[in-house]
Amino acid sequence: MAASGVRAVASFFRKYGNCNSSFYIVSLHLSRQVISRQICTSSALWRKNLAAAGPEKFTLEFVQKQIEEFDIGKRHLANMMGEDPENFTQEDIDRSIAYLFPSGLFDKKARPLMKHPDEIFPKQRAVQWGADGRPFHFLFYTGKQSYYSLMHELYGNILEVEKYQDLLRAKGIFSKDVKPVSLGTSRWLTKEELEALLVETISAHDYDRFVQLMQRLLSMPYSSLEEEFIRRYRRQLEAQSKHQTVPVLQNDDKGVAFSTSDGRRKTSTSSVVLRDCGSGRITVNNQDYIHYFPILQDREQLMFPLQFTGMLGRFDLQCTVSGGGRSSQAGALRLAISRALLSFLSQQEGEMMRQAGLLTPDPRLTERKKPGQEGARHKFTWKKR
Amino acid sequence: MASRALVKGLLGLRHSRSVTIKYCGGHCFATAASIKSDQPQTDDATEKILKLSLEKPDYFRVSELFSLEDLFDARVHLGHKKGCRHRLMEPYLYGCRLDQDIIDLDQTMEHLQLALNFAAHIAYRRGVILFVSRRRQFSHLIESTAKDCGEYAHTRYWQGGLLTNANIQYGPGVRLPDLIIFLSTLNNVFQQHVGIRDAAKMNIPTVGVVDSNCNPSLVTYPIPGNDDTPVAMELYCRLFKMTINRAKDKRRQMELLHGLLAPSSS
Repeated sequence: MAASGVRAVASFFRKYGNCNSSFYIVSLHLSRQVISRQICTSSALWRKNLAAAGPEKFTLEFVQKQIEEFDIGKRHLANMMGEDPENFTQEDIDRSIAYLFPSGLFDKKARPLMKHPDEIFPKQRAVQWGADGRPFHFLFYTGKQSYYSLMHELYGNILEVEKYQDLLRAKGIFSKDVKPVSLGTSRWLTKEELEALLVETISAHDYDRFVQLMQRLLSMPYSSLEEEFIRRYRRQLEAQSKHQTVPVLQNDDKGVAFSTSDGRRKTSTSSVVLRDCGSGRITVNNQDYIHYFPILQDREQLMFPLQFTGMLGRFDLQCTVSGGGRSSQAGALRLAISRALLSFLSQQEGEMMRQAGLLTPDPRLTERKKPGQEGARHKFTWKKR
Repeated sequence: MASRALVKGLLGLRHSRSVTIKYCGGHCFATAASIKSDQPQTDDATEKILKLSLEKPDYFRVSELFSLEDLFDARVHLGHKKGCRHRLMEPYLYGCRLDQDIIDLDQTMEHLQLALNFAAHIAYRRGVILFVSRRRQFSHLIESTAKDCGEYAHTRYWQGGLLTNANIQYGPGVRLPDLIIFLSTLNNVFQQHVGIRDAAKMNIPTVGVVDSNCNPSLVTYPIPGNDDTPVAMELYCRLFKMTINRAKDKRRQMELLHGLLAPSSS
């Protein structure tokens, strides 16, 4: 069905594109390359060969041809949509394809797509040997040339450091308390990152060996000789805590300070603008808070951050909230107010708010219903026999 | 017997070379007409160069590279204990002293000269040479030697089908090594390296340093000698590196002489 769709699309473009070279929209479900054989074989044999071939390999020339066809097709598409062929970006392409081929399919990946061939065809190694057949890399015959050449280089560095240490020892100026390599907050490359760097698959055992050898290099006192090499294989740790980001304090045209922040609870999202030099008025979705939250409990939730820090009458609140029920909307607003309040407070007061639990988003969500049960936890009537 | 093996090996190499020339001709050159006039001339010159190298017995003068004294100083004559002795190594042993086997250095001299000569001829004809060893102690040394010669090394875990299943391991159309040099024929479990058997299966000649506990039967050019001492290994690596570089330089020289290569591109 996808193949017939592709053919229809191709004929459509050929009609309008007046091009000799055919270009086609590639859906992610690619058609298999046909193996041409001169000997007649039964289809059973043909099918068996395909299975043994493994994942499809695309030659460099094939991918190049696809890229040319894609560029030509992009220009045709731009002409068709009446836009400038020179500045036709990928977003424009996606928009045009969605307009020209509206698809009601549920799965986004099943819809027609037109992307640059580099994104569709997986990156493969170019041919590793020259015209005379001699491989380029001296460790080609091991099978994992990049990984083993990395290990070779690493071991060479260890030997260099040992040689330097021996030299210093011979001269008598070897000292144990040399400044080690400053790592800071960094970690070793993960297995996936190393695979991406080497463009090769490694096993877990290989990766462990690599980390072991790097640790050995680090453990030597004069490893600072190879600092630059070590740094290449370390990454900075990402910032752990998010709540330290205090919302920015801005000033509007009258010079009044205000801050904005968001909050979420269950399925409600809220946004709050906290304005200084106010009188404690709260507006929710362009309505007074007494009208929007008739229940006292919800209004208490709104009040709690201000009452806790003792700034009840100081601020004006302008809130918007959507989704969820009354209780979850009140909780979302409370979180947003606490976050916006941080920019007006000192660090100790902020820390007190955090300890009170005002800055922690409530992670509780509706538990899913399981098959064989009435609800999330409610089971059907248990019968003894 | 050795010369017959040499010619057979070289003929096999010649065959693969002619295949590669055709391959090169198909891909590299644009016009066929200009080629047809050039190729017979280049082929003639290449034939002459290759025939010249077979005229003298020691064309590359490899016997000048080492002497018996060097071998003795590098402790090449020291074998393993009497209990580790392999039955087929007995012809190569000089004797046994305090239970340790001593390898006959006169025989080692001959075998080493034959092996170096063969490796030089392979390098002269631009063959692919692969250095193999499974000793972790000398892995880095051997890989550096291979890099310096411009040849290849494999001192890591030998995956099963590297030679016998090459088209699937590496990709279709790969060129297998024309000579495999084993600087130690045993693997880490003291069994014969799989590469020896696989090379014999794929008709690839092998040169191997066989110690007194190794099996020399499948190795085309065995070199009875020590494979455990660092000094001995450094000696072998140095010798092979020098012969291969010498052979390649000689080839470049001969091509310049016969006008195959333009002088500027050397």
